[in-house]
Amino acid sequence: MTSTPQRFPLPRLIGLAVWLVLLTLLSVWMGAQVPRWLPVSASSAAPLVDGLFGFETAVATFVFVGVVSVMVWVVLFNRAEKYDMSDAEPIEGNTTLEIVWTVIPLVLVMAIAAYTIQVNREIGLIGPMDHAHGPAKANSAPAAPLPGGEVQVIARQWSWEFRYPVAGVLSTELHLPLDRRLGLQLESEDVIHGFYVPAFRLKQQVIPGRSITLFLTATRPGRYRLRDSEYSGTWFAANQADVVVESEEAYQDWLRRASRLPLQPGLSDAAREYAQQLSGERRSGYATIEPAPPPLVNVPGSNTLPHDA
Amino acid sequence: MTSTAGVESRILRAPHPVPGAPDNWKRFFSFNTDAKVIGIQYIATALFFLLVGGLLAMIMRGELITPEADLVDRTVYNGLYTMHGTIMLFLFIFPVLNGLNNLLIPCMIGAPDMAFPKLNAAAFWLVPVFGVILMASFLVPGGPASSGWWSYPPVSLQNPLGHLINGEALWILAVALSGISSIMGAVNFVTTILRMRAPGMTLTRMPIFCWTAFSAQTIQLIGLPALTGGAVMLLFDLVVGTSFYRPEGGGDPVLYQHFFWFYSHPAVYVIILPVFGVFSELFPVYARKPLFGYPFVAGASLVIVGLSLIVWVHHMFPSGVPQWMRDAFMVTTMLIAVPTGIKVFAWLATLWGGKLRLNTAMLFALGGLFNFVFAGVTGIMLATVPVDIHVNNTYFVVGHFHYVIYGAATMGVYAAIYHWFPKFTGHMYYEGLGKLHFLLTFIGTSLNFFPMHPLGLMGMPRRVSSYDPEFAFWNVIASLGAFLLGVSIIPFLLNLVSSWVRGAKAPANPWNAIGLEWLLPSPPPAENFEEHVPTVISGPYGYGTGRPLVEHQDEIERALLQA
Repeated sequence: MTSTPQRFPLPRLIGLAVWLVLLTLLSVWMGAQVPRWLPVSASSAAPLVDGLFGFETAVATFVFVGVVSVMVWVVLFNRAEKYDMSDAEPIEGNTTLEIVWTVIPLVLVMAIAAYTIQVNREIGLIGPMDHAHGPAKANSAPAAPLPGGEVQVIARQWSWEFRYPVAGVLSTELHLPLDRRLGLQLESEDVIHGFYVPAFRLKQQVIPGRSITLFLTATRPGRYRLRDSEYSGTWFAANQADVVVESEEAYQDWLRRASRLPLQPGLSDAAREYAQQLSGERRSGYATIEPAPPPLVNVPGSNTLPHDA
Repeated sequence: MTSTAGVESRILRAPHPVPGAPDNWKRFFSFNTDAKVIGIQYIATALFFLLVGGLLAMIMRGELITPEADLVDRTVYNGLYTMHGTIMLFLFIFPVLNGLNNLLIPCMIGAPDMAFPKLNAAAFWLVPVFGVILMASFLVPGGPASSGWWSYPPVSLQNPLGHLINGEALWILAVALSGISSIMGAVNFVTTILRMRAPGMTLTRMPIFCWTAFSAQTIQLIGLPALTGGAVMLLFDLVVGTSFYRPEGGGDPVLYQHFFWFYSHPAVYVIILPVFGVFSELFPVYARKPLFGYPFVAGASLVIVGLSLIVWVHHMFPSGVPQWMRDAFMVTTMLIAVPTGIKVFAWLATLWGGKLRLNTAMLFALGGLFNFVFAGVTGIMLATVPVDIHVNNTYFVVGHFHYVIYGAATMGVYAAIYHWFPKFTGHMYYEGLGKLHFLLTFIGTSLNFFPMHPLGLMGMPRRVSSYDPEFAFWNVIASLGAFLLGVSIIPFLLNLVSSWVRGAKAPANPWNAIGLEWLLPSPPPAENFEEHVPTVISGPYGYGTGRPLVEHQDEIERALLQA
């Protein structure tokens, strides 16, 4: 079956054109709404991710609303009359149409893929580049030289510890300087964890037996949440820490002051809840792995202050 | 008429009792080799476990209605979400689809039964066996498995009590038995489709449901050995102390992720392909038009099979895989949009200009398509690496997945159950209850699963038993949706039971549909067409063409009317 001019009279074509214009406007508008759905963007990678997501949202809106409007149209206008038991016009296919709706999606997804690969490259240059190094060095002394980064991130069941070997600082709150690219050396002492800071749009599994360096540039001062993003056992949900991004001077000042503070137990919500369970203040359930004791740190920091994202 | 001639006599001569006939319900509790009995056994078992898995989900949503971990202990929550996922996949969706395969494939291709009826029954009876094993794990010391349905090591290998019989070990055993059951089923379905079609039913005249079932079962045969091998190594690591995945013994935990996703991504296509088949069967019937572009829709299934086997790393973008791998697997993942798009456009073109009849089955099919397209566009977002890095392991993925598995697949299964209910029970269902079920399901699905997308974009990780207060708003809505979904099951079960017991008697072809199964009485006799298998003379879906499907179609239809 081929389409003939009679099947598409002028009013219908105008209607189709108006609808396509409206659909395009709606899609562009939806793409522009993206920043409202995402946390504040606080790393050099974030605007690139948000830009890509905005573009995808616009395309997705066009496709989804386009398909749904066809469905709505047929449900409204192509219903069988009551008691009409007859069949519709038997159109069994159209090779031209099949080619069109194979080629257009193919070109579209390949264009998105090409755009994405470019974004990947750009983020790789200015943001994270993960390198897997040899065997774990999780237990090495804080003063050991770091191959990739200046902060060593130790994930445990269930706490985060941040070591600044050059400054000689241990902390359970991650401090990062503004607008300077630096490497985080991610290591786990037990199971797989996930290093995830939504405001940075960055996520990396922390794999026991490996040391993975994640490069990033924080671009907005503030307090953000670091969440464990890979299920790690009983207190997985409570395995959160705060990330403080501050100016280079404030960062250096913090390091200086912190290095002079005595060691004390750091933050571990898991250890706190577990102690409550042992004392009977809190109900317990099935058997669990015991939380690691809170690491001894110079600065416990806080994970209860209001955070920007 | 009477039992003297025609189809009715075949029912009486049938070696097995016929579904729906009086006083023979006991066969559903026996080792019966009739595919139609097995099909109903599968579906009933699956619906039972849908209730169990759904109950667990509602307790989870009860916990998540507030930010604090306050309803159940965290260990209990972790067990609940693990068992919810495992039950819904291995004890609900796979068995219910195998139930449809059993009911539909032999009837649609004119075969008397499956190729290996005893193997078929054995495959089914493994389901209650591993179902009991999995349920028993709630009772062992230490509780059920609680490392998610992925069961990633090393966290899945942590065994706090050190017992040999523990929840995780029972979980692995159950999943392995499920794999064996699925492989047995797959051998049967593939053989039946390839070897037992009616005379004249060439592959290009085969209904699309059979094409999609064939494609899905091929994936089972290729992919399941990888998962089973991976699971056996996990079991060894857990109970005999090997270190395939233990880093301290030189193993690699990421290796497991490869084994797991090599099968478990294609598994999603095992689930969704037959549902594509259901859409392809139902839209022509209720739009009264032929399926648009049959050869393209059929071929797209095979393209999806091929692509599904080379996309698994997209689940592992943050697992420390190199950049070239991220790029390569992103491109293969994106390509799946093309054959899937061909199908979606074909369904739209089928509906376009049709004469739509919006009964319950059609409403579920349309609702399923709506949700599937939504899941499709979020799927493209997830394929692109930088966006995935942000939303990976967040509620965005949970939302996407549930739009596929509940919004599209389960609603497609509901559509299929309503559509073929009269055929296999011999009774009509109640439209009013059916439409109520649809309305509650559609609203419940949207309320439950849409809010997960904004939550994921905001950065709420999946699998959490507590969360920061900024996530509370959308979680409350999701929980209300979940409770509504729980309520939606009530009219469904009420409809199934009451219709089967006292619904109006169904004619052979209540929907005026084209297909071999509609040339059988409702319910069909045990051996379907027996020795009178009609010869197929044209392709399926000849709505409006006036083309007969089989030789002597008029006589067969007349005999059915008189029966």
